[in-house]
Amino acid sequence: MTDWQPSAPLEQLRQRARLYRQVRGFFAEREVLEIEAPVMGAATVTDPFIDSVTAQCGGRPYYLQTSPEFALKRLLAAGAGAIYSLGKVFRDGERGRKHNPEFTLLEWYRPGWDDRQLMREVEALVLSVLPGLTVTYLSYRQWFERHLGLDPHLASAGQLAALARERINIEAGEEDRDFWLDLLVTHELEGTLGPGLTFVYDYPASQAALARLDTDAQGQTVARRFEAFIGSMELANGYWELTNAPEQRRRFEADLARRRALGLALYPMDEKLLAALDAGLPESAGVALGMDRLLMCLTGARSIAEVLAFDIDRL
Amino acid sequence: MATYSINDFRVGLKVMLDGDPCNIVENELVKPGKGQAFNRVKLRNLKTGRVWDRTFRGSENLEGADVTDLDMDFLYTDGEFWHFMDPITFEQHQADKAAVGDAAKWLSEQDRCVITLYNGAPLAVNPPNHVELEVVETDPGLKGDTAQGGTKPATLSTGAVVKVPLFMNQGDVVRVDTRTGEYLGRASKD
Repeated sequence: MTDWQPSAPLEQLRQRARLYRQVRGFFAEREVLEIEAPVMGAATVTDPFIDSVTAQCGGRPYYLQTSPEFALKRLLAAGAGAIYSLGKVFRDGERGRKHNPEFTLLEWYRPGWDDRQLMREVEALVLSVLPGLTVTYLSYRQWFERHLGLDPHLASAGQLAALARERINIEAGEEDRDFWLDLLVTHELEGTLGPGLTFVYDYPASQAALARLDTDAQGQTVARRFEAFIGSMELANGYWELTNAPEQRRRFEADLARRRALGLALYPMDEKLLAALDAGLPESAGVALGMDRLLMCLTGARSIAEVLAFDIDRL
Repeated sequence: MATYSINDFRVGLKVMLDGDPCNIVENELVKPGKGQAFNRVKLRNLKTGRVWDRTFRGSENLEGADVTDLDMDFLYTDGEFWHFMDPITFEQHQADKAAVGDAAKWLSEQDRCVITLYNGAPLAVNPPNHVELEVVETDPGLKGDTAQGGTKPATLSTGAVVKVPLFMNQGDVVRVDTRTGEYLGRASKD
């Protein structure tokens, strides 16, 4: 029998439509403009751990967006003001209970704001659809210190490795600090989060991605990046945006060097984004939030397939 | 055998790990949005039955294990080997003590079992979930105590010892769940 039926119960799809109406209402009230970003791009992200899906058009390759970030930043540089996009993004190889290679991202930018202010707005948005959640703010350092007893900014790769090997069964050799940090976060720390909404902020400088670096109260260089979790599930990732074009180019180059060392596909850098940064990106904060996961929390779905009309297995 | 990358991992996949065939019983992709992807996997070692957690990362590959599950009828045991027959091909296989393991105490002739073959030889034997066996030894039954009350040990025709209600007698046939070793009820004698 051909399995033609949807993966989500129809009620989930109605719930999704209601959620979209609520989200669009939230931003309309705050005068944030909805943008429809192109799904195809001539360039794509260089992140070592994000793989793009490619498409052919007019005999040349294009990349399906992994987030609308670069398009939205070019609009910010063009003076668009506060903007958001609610649309499909694609990440190759990501499939599982909480992942589908094609998913829906809500991404928005606030010129003139920093990450602290934006976290409050994420909180307001999430509480508007999930009222009554407890909200916790926790720095990345506090998270590690409380549960693992070490400072993630100062611990050596060796110390992190020793701790991880004690608790997690994995075959690994000489790895960098970020490898061990990611392993400890996913295996040991995410599970410690309470059932409400938690913000983790001030990430290690080595995990800045597109966030600016800053010095925290202890004099430590940190990335002004945050993540939001509902329960132990990652929901959103935000930055006080890096606006410095030469620094951005250096990070792209470092990413590509890392990809080369790992034997991964090499993508072209987005020169149009760099040109926009060069022309001047307003100081701003931005965040991307997984709508499918928000819907999972809203409906109590156990897997992402339960909130998608057709997941990857039903295409 | 095929080689599998972690993207191919799914529940039920049989792979070789540390030289032993294993069955994937749980598989979860964990990936921070900007970070390294890991697969948290629970595997059952098909030789020892032990289940354990292991984390794999993006670049790892595992060799597939030549393991298949087949329905077979138990024929007899000669003390050293337990002999089974595939009811479709009539092909016979002999399983040793290690492969039969705990299943030995439940098997009587003609029982339909699931035999796990590894490289063509029996690796594990799963008895039927429910079996009916005769009580060959137990303390005499207590009259009138049919409703509730305690239990007593009873030795069954295959040598298994299970707890049965006090009213059961030698010669009665009992129905037992082989996964838990629990008495399920009295079965009618044929």
